[in-house]
Amino acid sequence: MHIPDGYLSPQTAAPLLALMVPVWGAAVKKVKEKVKKKHVPILAIGAAFSFTIMMFNLPIPGGSSAHAVGAVLMAILLGPWAACLGVSTALIIQALIFGDGGILAIGANCFNMAFVMPMVGYFVYKLVKGNAAAGSRCGLAAAALAGYVGLNMAALCTALEFGSQYHLFQTADGTPLYFMYPIKVALAAMMSEHLLLAGPVEALVTALGIGFVQANYPELLAEHDQAGSTFELEVPQNV
Amino acid sequence: MFNRYRKLWFALGAFMILSPLGLLATGTAFGEWGVDQLVDEVGFIPTGLQKMADIWSHAPLADYAIAGFDRSFLQASLGYILSAVVGVALVAGLMLLLTKMVKD
Repeated sequence: MHIPDGYLSPQTAAPLLALMVPVWGAAVKKVKEKVKKKHVPILAIGAAFSFTIMMFNLPIPGGSSAHAVGAVLMAILLGPWAACLGVSTALIIQALIFGDGGILAIGANCFNMAFVMPMVGYFVYKLVKGNAAAGSRCGLAAAALAGYVGLNMAALCTALEFGSQYHLFQTADGTPLYFMYPIKVALAAMMSEHLLLAGPVEALVTALGIGFVQANYPELLAEHDQAGSTFELEVPQNV
Repeated sequence: MFNRYRKLWFALGAFMILSPLGLLATGTAFGEWGVDQLVDEVGFIPTGLQKMADIWSHAPLADYAIAGFDRSFLQASLGYILSAVVGVALVAGLMLLLTKMVKD
């Protein structure tokens, strides 16, 4: 899902990068306000885990591949803004050091995987879990569903960004300038891969991750259950 | 920092060591074809794409590999694990800087 440079027009990639600047500002502010010093190592491990899990390419029949992201797991553990910051850091290191994802495309990739994914995933988690305990069967099912929906929303955004290029940017004779397939082709390819394979793996990673933390550090999730509104989705004031 | 969350750090380390499993999926993800693959995959190289494709060519561990050290699965695996170590050190190190910014 890491869009390389050249697949999006500058007119698409640059505004998405500009959009992410205030989002990152809000994320830093929210993390400073809400994340406790003793939980920063979990933020570091979560971001590093996200980096690592994205290296586990899953084979897709037909010669393609996809991967899980781990953004919703982080969102459930530390809130969606902390996840935004952690996954953005992983994506920026991947682009700069490993050439995975473009430089001008950093905004688009962070928007899809570090903003849309943890926000949507966290919303689904809260909605489905209700008042159930985090480690309960209902809590784990909510985590799995949240991971599934979050990853697929990121894939949907990626497909729309890809496919829109074909319709918006062509040479005079109709040859595409950037991404080269129509929007329905991008949607069919991205969504089939993520709905059928990467999504279920993300669901598994999210639920097993929550289960592992709950088994070893039960106080962490209990604290969040009590805190309730601590990690709400609202944008901090005075960004 | 390490002792308090030792089990999480160990789990992370296990994933790093197992990361070469990700190399078994050899297919390129949809929409991530390199310029050299585009003729085979798509049939042509869009002109706008070609102009922008190489604006960043300084990635020291491009494709999570050591340049020239990818002749066998073992070599590729070692490059992949090294990439995981470097990436995790950078990402976790940057996040730990937040310790100085947040409240107790």
